[in-house]
Order: sequence, then C-alpha cells, then structure tokens
Amino acid sequence: MSVGLPPETASRRSPKRVLPGFKLTLGYTLFYLCLIVLIPLSALVLKTFTLTWEQFWAAVSSPRVVASYQLTFGASLIAALVNAVFGLLVAWVLVRYPFPGKKIIDALVDLPFALPTAVAGISLTALLASNGLIGSLIEPHGIQLAFNRNGVVIALIFIGLPFVVRTVQPVLEDAEKELEEAATCLGASRWQTFRHVIFPTIGPALLTGFAMAFARGVGEYGSVIFIAGNMPMVSEITPLIIIGKLEQYDYAGATAVACVMLIASFAMLLLINALQSWQRQRSGAKA
Amino acid sequence: MSSTQVIRTAKAGTTEPAWVRFTLIGIALGFIFLFLVLPLAAVFTEALRKGADAFIGALKEPDAWSAIRLTLLIAAIAVPMNLVFGVMAAWAIAKYEFRGKAMLTTLVDLPFSVSPVVSGLIYVLMFGAQGWFGPWLQAHDIKIIFAVPGIVLATIFVTFPFIARELIPLMQAQGTEEEQAAMVLGATGWQTFWHVTLPNIRWGLIYGVILCNARAMGEFGAVSVVSGHIRGQTNTMPLHVEILYNEYQSVAAFAVASLLALLALVTLVIKSWVEWQFERDQKAAASLPPERPLAPSPV
Repeated sequence: MSVGLPPETASRRSPKRVLPGFKLTLGYTLFYLCLIVLIPLSALVLKTFTLTWEQFWAAVSSPRVVASYQLTFGASLIAALVNAVFGLLVAWVLVRYPFPGKKIIDALVDLPFALPTAVAGISLTALLASNGLIGSLIEPHGIQLAFNRNGVVIALIFIGLPFVVRTVQPVLEDAEKELEEAATCLGASRWQTFRHVIFPTIGPALLTGFAMAFARGVGEYGSVIFIAGNMPMVSEITPLIIIGKLEQYDYAGATAVACVMLIASFAMLLLINALQSWQRQRSGAKA
Repeated sequence: MSSTQVIRTAKAGTTEPAWVRFTLIGIALGFIFLFLVLPLAAVFTEALRKGADAFIGALKEPDAWSAIRLTLLIAAIAVPMNLVFGVMAAWAIAKYEFRGKAMLTTLVDLPFSVSPVVSGLIYVLMFGAQGWFGPWLQAHDIKIIFAVPGIVLATIFVTFPFIARELIPLMQAQGTEEEQAAMVLGATGWQTFWHVTLPNIRWGLIYGVILCNARAMGEFGAVSVVSGHIRGQTNTMPLHVEILYNEYQSVAAFAVASLLALLALVTLVIKSWVEWQFERDQKAAASLPPERPLAPSPV
C-alpha cells in the first residue's frame, strides 16, 4: 500500500498529515508573522504602557486630536454610506444589465486598489481645486470641494468604492433567480421583490463592504492629505496628527494616538470578521 | 399560453422596465466616470500640459531616476519575501488541520486593517534613534530608519497579506487529494509541490503577485514615516511625487505620477487577463469526462 511513502509518514501520522512540510511551513509562517507584524505591533503597545495614564489621556484627548477623530470617523462614515449606495448600484448594473464596455468598467472598478494613493490625491486635487476642471464649474455656485472637509469625503469615496462593489457583486451573481420569479408569480411588484427578496440576500455582503470601506477610510493617509488643506481643528485627519507629532519628536504623543487608531482598527477587524461569518452562514443556509 | 409568452412573463419577473434599466446604468456610469475615469485622465493631461518635452525632461531628472530605481529595488525585495511567505502560509493553513488556524488566518490579514501611518510608526519605535534597538544600531553604525532597510520593512508590512490571502482560499478549495496521489505514486514533497500544487495555484499566485507589486511600488503613508525624504537617496516614486507637488512643480509631479498610473493600468489589465484565464481553466476542467476530472489543463 505505502509504496514510495517514507515509512514514518505512513505509520505514525494521521492521514491528514500525509503531505510533508507541516512543521517547516507553519514554523516559517509563525516566524515571519512574528518578525514583521507581531513584534513591531507589540512595540507600539509596550511603548504606550511606558506612558502614565495622565500623559496618555492628555495626548489622546487634546481638542485638536478630538477634532481630528471627528473628521476622520465622520468623513469615513459619510464616504462609506455614499459607497454603499453607489457601490450597490454599480454592482447591480454590472451583474444584471448588459451594456457595451461592461468588461472595461468592471476592470476599472479596481482602479483605487491599483492606483497609488498619492497619485489619486494630487489628481483629485487638480480636478477639484478652483482652477480645476470640476472645481471651476462648481465654485461659482459657492461650493468649495478641495482644501476642506468636502475634499476629505471625496478622496475617501474614491478609496472605498471597490470594497462595496467587490463584496456585493459575487453574492448578487449567486442569488437564485427562482426566488424572484416565485415572488413575481405570487403577485409582488418589482420593488417589493427587491426589498423583501433580493435585499435580504445581499444585506450581509453590503454591510461587510460598508464596514471595509469605513475601516479603510479611517486609516487612509496618502490620498487625503493633498486635498484636505490640513487646517488644524478643521480638516486635519488623525493619521496626519501622528505624522505631525513625529516631526516634532513627540514620540510618546504619536504612540498614544497611534494606539487609539490601532484599537479602532482591531475593533473593526473583529466586526468585519463577524459580518463575514454571518454572510457565509446566510448563504450556506440557502444552499 | 404559447411558450414565447411564458418566457416573456418569466423575464419580466426578474428584470425591470427599460427606462429603469437605462436610468440605473446611466447613474452608475456617471458615477464611475466622475470618480474613476476623470481622476485617471487628469493624471495624464496634467503631465502633458506643457508638452511632451517638459514631460520627458521631468522624467530625465536625476532625482526622478533615483526614485524610480529605489521603487523598483524595494518591490524586488518585498514582493519575493511575501511570495515565499504567502506560499508557505497557504500550504500550512490550507493543507493541514491544527488548533488556532482561524486565529492565524486573521493575524495574516491584520496588516490590511492597520493605518499606513501606524505601520510606519511601529518600525520607528523598533529601530529609530529612540527605539528599542536604536542605541545598539547606532553603536554598530547600522541605519534602518531614514534609510532603505526601513522602507523595505514598512513595504513588506503593508503588502504582507496580499499573496497569502489569494492562495489560502484557492488551496483550501482544491483540497489535498492530488498531492496525496502524487505522494503515493512516489513523488517527493518538493516534486509534488512543483508539479502538482504550483500548476493548480498559478493564476492565484500571479494575481497575488501583481496586486502585491502594485501596492509595494505605490505605498505612500508607511514609507513616508520611515523614509526621511532624502532626495536622491530615500525617496521612492510616490514620495518624489509629493515633494515635487509641494514645490509647485506640477508638471514634473504629474509626469512621475503618470508612470505610477501606467503601472496601475498594467496591473488592471494583467488582473483581468488572469481572471479570464482562470475562468477558462475552470470551464475546461468542468467539461472534462468524469473519469479524468482532475487532469490539469495544458500549460
């Protein structure tokens, strides 16, 4: 039976461990993970513990920093909401309707993943500044898009769009048309079918995409700083606060604010994981 | 009821009236045009605003050249490092059962949820002048922060999950039967990996590598924290774009940016091509006779 198999593999290990390399691959994975990710991240946490509570609190709750949280989380929330609406629409159109150039549009949706954030930042600024293509059209109407909070939201919409489209799209592709047909046969209008049949199916995916776009927006730096104007208390995002403190050699302050951001991103990572397992359960129960 | 009528009613049940369809397509395309097409086009029009000579002149600058070289060097180190890790991690996670697997998978994804600025900061806290190893590094005259090694480390961190997260679900879906068959037929572990696993995961591998490469070349926030912005020495292309832009050298900034935008376009083209190839392979596998369901497609 075990011709060619090393004798110890055949006899001692469970059938699942027939393949070699478990110790090597897992060992290397853990080693590299610790070296690149876990030890440096723990350096941040440990450095935070060297501060007294008063120092920590003073650093993370000064008015300028609190204003930056409000902007960062508020703008990310608005951008993620816009992306939830338009991302769903784009996913819907891409899955359900045929139109010329669809493949190109589909590929283009990933542009924000592929385009370096600094390039996106200067390009959006060039368009939206008062002498830019869009800015020059809109500014006479009294709306300024660049160098204020509007700019932050627009940059974050750009960055977050693919997250919603790419989480909703596959779920919409797998959705069973039979259910919709049944709803129509039972007399539902198209809108009722969408609200009560289609929306519950894609709801978890939409929420996951929304959470991912939000989480990405909170951490985003490159695309935002060019367009935000970076006025303290008004349009200064939290990552920029960290950079500012570092440039003044205030390592303790930078670390404290970074620790707050790290906790926020952990919380969102856990939330997204929970949402994804909910989504899998939903689709698993249907299959 | 004739059969055409039945089909027509069934279709009406799963789609919308024409005017709704066209409105929705119109809004979606308008949104894509405003938020994706215009910014992309603006990079090139701004770069060529003062003609091709100014554009080429900006790229011939020695500082621009050194930024391009540094960016290529960083990607040439970071991508292979994460490639080896990605294959190892996917093999360990997809081919075996062990405790803490879900936890490990989450940890592999962790760098994606950390802000780029924080990703840079953690290495400053490790290797900077006031960091854990700062005094020791200074005593031995080794520079990591504000030097190339720091940029490499920060880039590896932000691109850490790309290849692993493409390969893990792919290898999990493929199971271990083919590898087990190869082992039973006398192949060594290395032969099994090279001739059985690698052809099966090749599209996922290319996919992960190009996405990892795009991010490695384009990373801004993390690199900006550790680089020190020394012109001609520790400036990558995105950092060079920032410096030129802040010095109001708009054409030069957009000229360098247009190279990065081209990189993004090439990435998207390769990505779409890989997806297309992958689908074709899967269709070919599905149409094989049942006695040979697992035969690999011709390379």
